[in-house]
Amino acid sequence: MSLNIEINGKNYNAEKGETILTVLNRNGIKVPTLCHMKKFIPSGACRMCVVELEGNAKLVSSCSYPVSDGMKINTRSPRVLEARKTIVELLLSNHPDDCLYCVRNANCELQHLAKEYHVVDRRIHGMKNKHKMDHSSLSIIRDPAKCILCGRCVRVCEEVMGVSCIEYINRGSKTLIGTSMGKGLNTSSCVNCGQCIMVCPTGALSERNQTSEVQEILHKKDKVAVVQYAPSISVSLAEEFGMKPGQDINGILNSALRKMGFAYVFDTTFGADLTIMEESAELIDRIVKGKTMPMFTSCCPAWVKYAEEFAPDFLDNLSTCKSPQQMTGAIIKNYFAQQAKIEPKNIVSVSIMPCTAKKFEAQRDTMGRDGINDVDIVMTTRELIELIKLHGIDMHNIEPELTDSPLGVRSSAGKIFGATGGVMEAALRTAYKQLTGNELTNFKINAVRGLQGHKEARIKINDLEIGVAVVSGLANAGKLIEEIRNGRKDLHFIEVMTCPGGCIAGGGQRIGITEEVIEARMNSLYEIDDRESLKVSHKNPEIVELYANFLGEPLQHKSHELLHTKYLKREVLL
Amino acid sequence: MKTKIDEILTNYDNGGRDTLIPLLQEIQEKEGFLSEEAIVKTGKKLKIPTSKIYGVATFYNQFRFEPVGKYHIMVCRGTACHVLGSATVLQELESQLKIKAGQTTRDGLFSIEVVACIGACGLAPVLNINGEFHANVTAESIKNIIDTYRAKEQ
Amino acid sequence: MKTKSNITTREYLQQLTIGFETGKMPQAEDLKTVQNKTIIYIGAGTCGLGAGAGKTKTAIIKYLTDKKVDADIIEVGCIGLCTAEPIVDVQIPEKSRISFSNVTADKVDTLLDAVFAGITDGFKTLGQFENKENKPWNNVPRISDHPFFIKQKRIVLQNCGIINPVSIEEYIARGGYQGLIQVLKKFSSDEVITTIEKSGLRGRGGGGFPTGLKWRLAYKTQSDQKYMICNADEGDPGAFMDRAVIEGDPHRLLEGLAIGSYAIGASVAYIYIRAEYPLAIERLKIAISQAEEYGLLGHGILGTGFDLKIKIKMGAGAFVCGEETALMHSIEGYRGMPSPRPPFPAEKGLFGKPSVINNVETYANVPDIIQKGWEWFSSVGTEKSKGTKVFALSGNVKNTGLVEIPMGTTVRQIIFEIAGGIRNNKKFKSVQIGGPSGGCITEENLDIQVDYQNLIAVGAMMGSGGLVVMDEDTCMVDIAKFFMDFIQRESCGKCIPCREGTKRMLETLQSITSKPKPNDNRDALERFQGVVQLEKLAKVIKETSLCGLGQTAPNPVLSTLRYFRHEYEAHVFERVCPAGKCTDLRKFRILTDKCTGCTVCSKKCPTSAIIGTRKAPHFIQEDKCIGCGACHEACKFEAIEMI
Repeated sequence: MSLNIEINGKNYNAEKGETILTVLNRNGIKVPTLCHMKKFIPSGACRMCVVELEGNAKLVSSCSYPVSDGMKINTRSPRVLEARKTIVELLLSNHPDDCLYCVRNANCELQHLAKEYHVVDRRIHGMKNKHKMDHSSLSIIRDPAKCILCGRCVRVCEEVMGVSCIEYINRGSKTLIGTSMGKGLNTSSCVNCGQCIMVCPTGALSERNQTSEVQEILHKKDKVAVVQYAPSISVSLAEEFGMKPGQDINGILNSALRKMGFAYVFDTTFGADLTIMEESAELIDRIVKGKTMPMFTSCCPAWVKYAEEFAPDFLDNLSTCKSPQQMTGAIIKNYFAQQAKIEPKNIVSVSIMPCTAKKFEAQRDTMGRDGINDVDIVMTTRELIELIKLHGIDMHNIEPELTDSPLGVRSSAGKIFGATGGVMEAALRTAYKQLTGNELTNFKINAVRGLQGHKEARIKINDLEIGVAVVSGLANAGKLIEEIRNGRKDLHFIEVMTCPGGCIAGGGQRIGITEEVIEARMNSLYEIDDRESLKVSHKNPEIVELYANFLGEPLQHKSHELLHTKYLKREVLL
Repeated sequence: MKTKIDEILTNYDNGGRDTLIPLLQEIQEKEGFLSEEAIVKTGKKLKIPTSKIYGVATFYNQFRFEPVGKYHIMVCRGTACHVLGSATVLQELESQLKIKAGQTTRDGLFSIEVVACIGACGLAPVLNINGEFHANVTAESIKNIIDTYRAKEQ
Repeated sequence: MKTKSNITTREYLQQLTIGFETGKMPQAEDLKTVQNKTIIYIGAGTCGLGAGAGKTKTAIIKYLTDKKVDADIIEVGCIGLCTAEPIVDVQIPEKSRISFSNVTADKVDTLLDAVFAGITDGFKTLGQFENKENKPWNNVPRISDHPFFIKQKRIVLQNCGIINPVSIEEYIARGGYQGLIQVLKKFSSDEVITTIEKSGLRGRGGGGFPTGLKWRLAYKTQSDQKYMICNADEGDPGAFMDRAVIEGDPHRLLEGLAIGSYAIGASVAYIYIRAEYPLAIERLKIAISQAEEYGLLGHGILGTGFDLKIKIKMGAGAFVCGEETALMHSIEGYRGMPSPRPPFPAEKGLFGKPSVINNVETYANVPDIIQKGWEWFSSVGTEKSKGTKVFALSGNVKNTGLVEIPMGTTVRQIIFEIAGGIRNNKKFKSVQIGGPSGGCITEENLDIQVDYQNLIAVGAMMGSGGLVVMDEDTCMVDIAKFFMDFIQRESCGKCIPCREGTKRMLETLQSITSKPKPNDNRDALERFQGVVQLEKLAKVIKETSLCGLGQTAPNPVLSTLRYFRHEYEAHVFERVCPAGKCTDLRKFRILTDKCTGCTVCSKKCPTSAIIGTRKAPHFIQEDKCIGCGACHEACKFEAIEMI
């Protein structure tokens, strides 16, 4: 039902059931928000979005107030602007005064608001809260002193992930965001996904930063610094350097990494191809031998931790394959080390991931042997950007380069791992070949593409009909698991990505990305798949060589030793 | 081995979210406070994340996470009590028992808590000790009141 | 006990139910019991117990056992005059019921001896209850003529302190549940709501929202399930009306709640009551089971299609849960953090269903409005505020307790006539109305007629009805600080203006009532700026806070600034507390000509601020002195004065 409302003296159309904010956004009338998140029920907590409503003595929050026919709103009267400014000042009066030293300097929503509302003197003084930092987690650092209690992290963890490891604790001005019993994040049910960081407006949440560690080893004479980067990285950097969002700058990335000081530049996408070889073989093995079904992917470490905590009854369903990062790391420290005649203990293996959970994954017990880690240091995209800027590398003026062998060639099947549904599609392409002996005529499996949180398809391979599902956002995984617990039996293979949309929207990516950017990144990956001719993992020549010279066959002893892992039930406060 | 908490939980088998607060209240009534065991088992029973349970429990004044003294003294900080001198009463209590509000004496006998208005304003200042109300309390009458309770220990 | 006409309560209810159809109505009078032995009533509400009623009861039992007197003891609720507690009424058969005040355990024996001998001289009486059938006592005034009671019009409190609260039969014998039965048999939901609308009843919890309108909104919203909720959280410090009603007359609340549930179409009702009221909770539980027993609650009440289950939910200690949406979240099992409105509870409330939340006192007015009619109710009170209001009087007055007065009574009448004026011959300074959301009334406004509009016009608020009277020794800045401290402790923390804003306001108030620092000049300017900022912050907090708690939090500060600005200025510029209450600003001086050097004061001093040798005049070091006044109290020679 169409209504008419007046905003700042002009008339606008609105639909019954909409909030004032929806109408404002649609018509380009900017109103600041702090606690608001699209697609979430408005919380009304921050009061920044207040507007004047004729007939109401108080200012109302536009994020929650429903439109009604004939309502008159003013979004920029002096009264409204003064109120918003005071709210920002109140936040600042209880916020550390150390912007210059803060991880979110120049990229902080509070800072932006302070600038927008022209806060140029400290009008309001007061006692600042004294909360301690939480450094316990391998992936995420919490600094409650910088928290403005907008609640976005709590809601994402609860509603999108279904994990709910953090919540509002205490009351009033003693409120803080904390874990169960106020313990460190590492003993809670946190799966390290980092989506909380992605929605945090300030520096209250950040990743465990290891750029200085990496800086140090880059200049160590006795160490060989080797780097790998995830499939999604090359399409996730563009807008940081003024290029079109989603633009693939793979070659430039290689060049930048070498200029920084990495001796060898490898591509995790190679590892993705390797994962496909092992995982596809494992899937067929399970189907043929009637082993535990359905099989779940295991390349997403936050999902793996989630399963270990919330669904230990499904641990046998998880593929025993390590993730591409870890497989690549294992091959680096064994196959590559042998070939290049470098002592494994002298290699420092660094990976660049769109993910914070990978920092935790790299430290897992099975991810190495004899004191040698598969991967030594994991850096997020954000940390990579820091290093690029630190080294003064001008991404517009360097020549693209190629990756190094023997872990440099990659198929486009591996590349699409970065988007939700990519692992599934890549695996099906290889499984089809392994089962039928033929290649798919059409490699595009559209049913598993797209940003929806839950996709399903039925794939016919000879006289076998395989039911597959692709979920992103752990809450969707939780729902699917519940269905299976309740008896659902028609699925064989399930891809789970913790981050909605897949790794392109991972917890380690640039902060402040919009849905449009994520879509652009996804489209870019599928364009690469369209363009390139090497569309299947099993045809990757370096992969073929690896098996011929080193591994033998998928799932054999060598693979088992280096490329597969175990899971364990985790006792945490759920 | 079934604990007291396990026994209480058997009555909440199909409990929804709205049974959370009554359940915590029952546990606190029987145990005196909420332990980690209470929070974890409640979470498992009601299928609610423990962070949410902890969040609810820390929101409300009623819930304690440490045991209180045998004689728990609640000092009312309502308006009438304030106007009629509750601050002095509290000061005297703290000085006599040598603890501050929120603490328990070493021998576990007494603990002090400052609470919101008890609703007996006509008789301000008011103390509530283990459910027994003491009206028109002054700094002078504190000593007698404490002695009466100590005498019970003899 | 035999009733007058020998019918049982159950039979009476059946006759009443049929009576509304046939027109042949039984009389509640017929249920009055024939008294054949003495009844002793003891005021055993929380106040009474606090004053020692428990010990009084033990003494009475002992007396009756020792003297072999056959009498019944009934514990009743608060009649309202707290300073008279413990109150004991004696009803000897065929003699008027007589009420004695301050009957502590030590007075029991002599009192009962005298009363049974027909003597009342020498004992403090509140008065005797008039009754056409009973013989009055000589020289004992009527209780209704007592200055505390004479100006009251008791609708809500009519049974409190009089009847046995856990006897549904007594409630019914006094006309109880007639309203509910009348509604079920003769009124449609619409008619009930119209009656309430026409009566002009407004919410008694503080908001003053027209009750009929609220019910109508919920009634109009279509839903498969609706909820009626009673807010018995009563968190306002200084308010205890709801407690007294529930402890003294729980069935009145249940009847009103049931009528309201019928009106909107709710089949489940919740009473959200704070855990700090254990006696009230106990009485409520008993009352509910009694009503269920008599078929007045439950499935298919009295043969109609109306179902109602009343559930009790205990609060867990959060003042903010008195706010509608926070209350509902608390019932649902969440942190009591409010939600933005609209949507209003009448559209989307508890568990997402249409709900109405009303205060205890609001419900307690409903049975009589139905029974006696809306015209009767709207004939009491002022033009925009109908009916009566129960006030909780406390502070520096002679008579503290609960009073129910018609809207339109002046503040002066309440304080100086009903409450007996200021204690200890002190001067009146101000009266705080509306708790932490309200403001103060000063000498110049004492003659305003109490109603919703008039109070807001002077910067105060009806609130739930807490009236705290303050004398000349009260510091108004301290009072503002007290309320702001309360708000800060009780703020839920969700929204920024309340969470951070009230903290800044509190800090300003704390800084102007705390000890001056050595280099004071810059401080004074900062403090003054702080006070100016108080007003600016107050405006933003009032206009942008998410809920009523934040929106009204600045009121006590604004109100005291308006009427007592000179006190604030004295604190800020002269660093002096005119009322002498803010200890940090107090300065004491030893008069050297009076000081004998006894050293008592220096031993008492908690900060060792007093120096001096034995037999020589002592001296107080200003920088160490915290103004506690311990020396002043200890000095036997009046050698220490406050400057």
